[in-house]
Amino acid sequence: MKKQSLVLVVIAAIVVIAGIFYVTNQNIQKDVIDDQKKVGFIYIGPPGDHGWTYMHDVGRQYLEKELGDAVSTTYIENVPENADAVRSIRKLAESGHDLIFTTSFNYMDQTLEVAEEFPDVKFEHATGFKRTDNVSTYSARFYEGRSVIGHIAGKMTETNTIGYIVSFPIPEVIRGINAFYLAASKVNPDVKIKIIWVYSWYDPGKEADAANTLINQGADIIVQHTDSYAPCQAAEKAGVLAFGQASNQEAFCPNAHMTAIEDIWGPYYAAKAKELVDGTWKSEDTWHGFKEGMVEMSPYNEKLLSADLISEAKAIEEGIENGTFHSFEGPIYNQAGELVVKEGEVADDGMLAGMMFYVQGIDGEVPQ
Amino acid sequence: MAYLISIKLREDYSNFIFYLSPLVAVFLTLFFGSFIFLILDLSPIESFKIFFISPISNSYGISELFVKATPLAIIALGLSYCFKNNIYNIGAEGQLTMGAIFGGGIGLLFNNSSSILLLPSMILFGAIGGAFWATIPALLKTKFNTNEILTSLMLTYVALFILDYFVVGPWKDPDGYGLPKSMPFPESGRLPVLFDGLRIHIGVYFAIIICFISYIVFNKTLFGFKLRVSGFSSKASQYAGFKYKNLIFYTFIISGACAGLAGLFEVSGPIGLLYRDISPNYGFTAIIVAFLGRLNPIGIILSSLLIALTYLGAEDAQLFLKIPSAVGFVFQGLVLFFLLGTDFLNKYRISIK
Repeated sequence: MKKQSLVLVVIAAIVVIAGIFYVTNQNIQKDVIDDQKKVGFIYIGPPGDHGWTYMHDVGRQYLEKELGDAVSTTYIENVPENADAVRSIRKLAESGHDLIFTTSFNYMDQTLEVAEEFPDVKFEHATGFKRTDNVSTYSARFYEGRSVIGHIAGKMTETNTIGYIVSFPIPEVIRGINAFYLAASKVNPDVKIKIIWVYSWYDPGKEADAANTLINQGADIIVQHTDSYAPCQAAEKAGVLAFGQASNQEAFCPNAHMTAIEDIWGPYYAAKAKELVDGTWKSEDTWHGFKEGMVEMSPYNEKLLSADLISEAKAIEEGIENGTFHSFEGPIYNQAGELVVKEGEVADDGMLAGMMFYVQGIDGEVPQ
Repeated sequence: MAYLISIKLREDYSNFIFYLSPLVAVFLTLFFGSFIFLILDLSPIESFKIFFISPISNSYGISELFVKATPLAIIALGLSYCFKNNIYNIGAEGQLTMGAIFGGGIGLLFNNSSSILLLPSMILFGAIGGAFWATIPALLKTKFNTNEILTSLMLTYVALFILDYFVVGPWKDPDGYGLPKSMPFPESGRLPVLFDGLRIHIGVYFAIIICFISYIVFNKTLFGFKLRVSGFSSKASQYAGFKYKNLIFYTFIISGACAGLAGLFEVSGPIGLLYRDISPNYGFTAIIVAFLGRLNPIGIILSSLLIALTYLGAEDAQLFLKIPSAVGFVFQGLVLFFLLGTDFLNKYRISIK
């Protein structure tokens, strides 16, 4: 029997060696342009999430198209927010990338750690707030979109109960909840929101479970601040309404999807890569919204929303763009009943950036 | 006409091929892996270079290889005690998590301490935490004859939820912007690194020491002999007067303690705090490592390096070949598949009549 196995091993070896010779002769080589700048991306999920990471990847492709041969781009997907992130970010820096976008809040410390070691490489950290000479931060004013969907939800809910699925209790998310609630309660004072924390950005299973729980508790509209389209699909199945997240998710839930807050990163990425090529890149903080086009609303679903409501929603968009409307207009009280924004004033960016409290009217507490 | 496939135990079962089969499996994986690359329109030679050579082409890469391989090796060495005894502890991931909670908890409790005793006590409690979590399936197995595969696996999820509870609740960093993670351990609770600027840490020494001890235990002690006997047949071991239930206990405790150590090394080494996502499934991957290493301590060290390399290779493949991260898992799966296949064919003869 040993003989037979040996013969098999020898045959396999010959086949492999023959195969290796065959393919080395073909020698597939990629053209590399010497002075090309390299731009790298770190993704928290897969580009196929059709939400957060997907939109960053759309932005990356936009960058490639805009700058053509001047840059080449690379990404590493599914990078966990643990010790592995340092290695992945470092790997991009080490392999000659000149500009690196780390596209999740939790990469903050890891980005700074690698940036310190590679002072000549430029870093851009999404949604963070710690900057150094070679680390910029950028984010979008997603909360402006929350005002639009809050208005729609306040008008559309029949049970006056809205289910809200959230990831982590960080300012960006709390701000979104508040903006949403302020807009919804303005048009419907009886509206209640029920909040479930899933402590993950991308976990379709948990997100769907949360949606179903909320629907069972009487929610007839599902809002999410997580990355997958699972909640919208759960809403579609249960026959209730929902909003998409980060990208237009109508294809996954055509009878539930009223609109979505879209993240448009492409122009920003292209502008930053252009600065890199021109040598004008500098560390700064960017926080853009409707006005600059970093946040957009998906086409409003005409099957579900009345023409009047759609024009109201569009009016809010315009108001935010031309400065006549602000998502956080006083008077705003916190849950303890203290006045935090006076009448006639709006919350400043400092307050928005560090917002860790709920406004009056929201049930429950911010997890501490 | 009917075809009958018969599977018969081989009489000429070969020990030589048993040890050769991991190599054959790796070889076959490379062979079939090259087809994957060809389908993706990539040159297999170049791709393998990027997959297996480029990750370890500088000192940082080699250090990262050891950072990844250390927990795998320590857990797999512990598991080999169970597996030799024919006890299937699938819950190393949970024992790792418990080790991180126990040991890390000490680090958080004494977060103002700069005592040199802090790290040793964290390490001790890490091992205790893992061992404690492993005694539960051991108890259930010996008292109620419960299937240890199920109980140890299920307890993994319980452990993960307990970690969740702590980092979302009582141990959450008050300055952490609401993120579910603890405050960092004090400097005295961090695992010393071997070289400045690299992440390779003293856990490597532990892996080597555990490997050495295991080698002696398996080959030179009565305990090792008992393990082998009861691995072949638990009835025979009972007939020989060995206390089989005690053996189950000891092996569970050893493997739990090893997994707990690995968990503590991970949090007090590269991570530096408690977080809900501390392990990229080291506890499960270590099962592959243990079998690929033939439950032999030296084999396990080698296989942990190989499997660690597939992780790093998958990252480089994304970077330089622009292929998805899943390719790395495909390679791990292929290795295990071919290993089990060659083992099966070595043990049984298949004939079609």
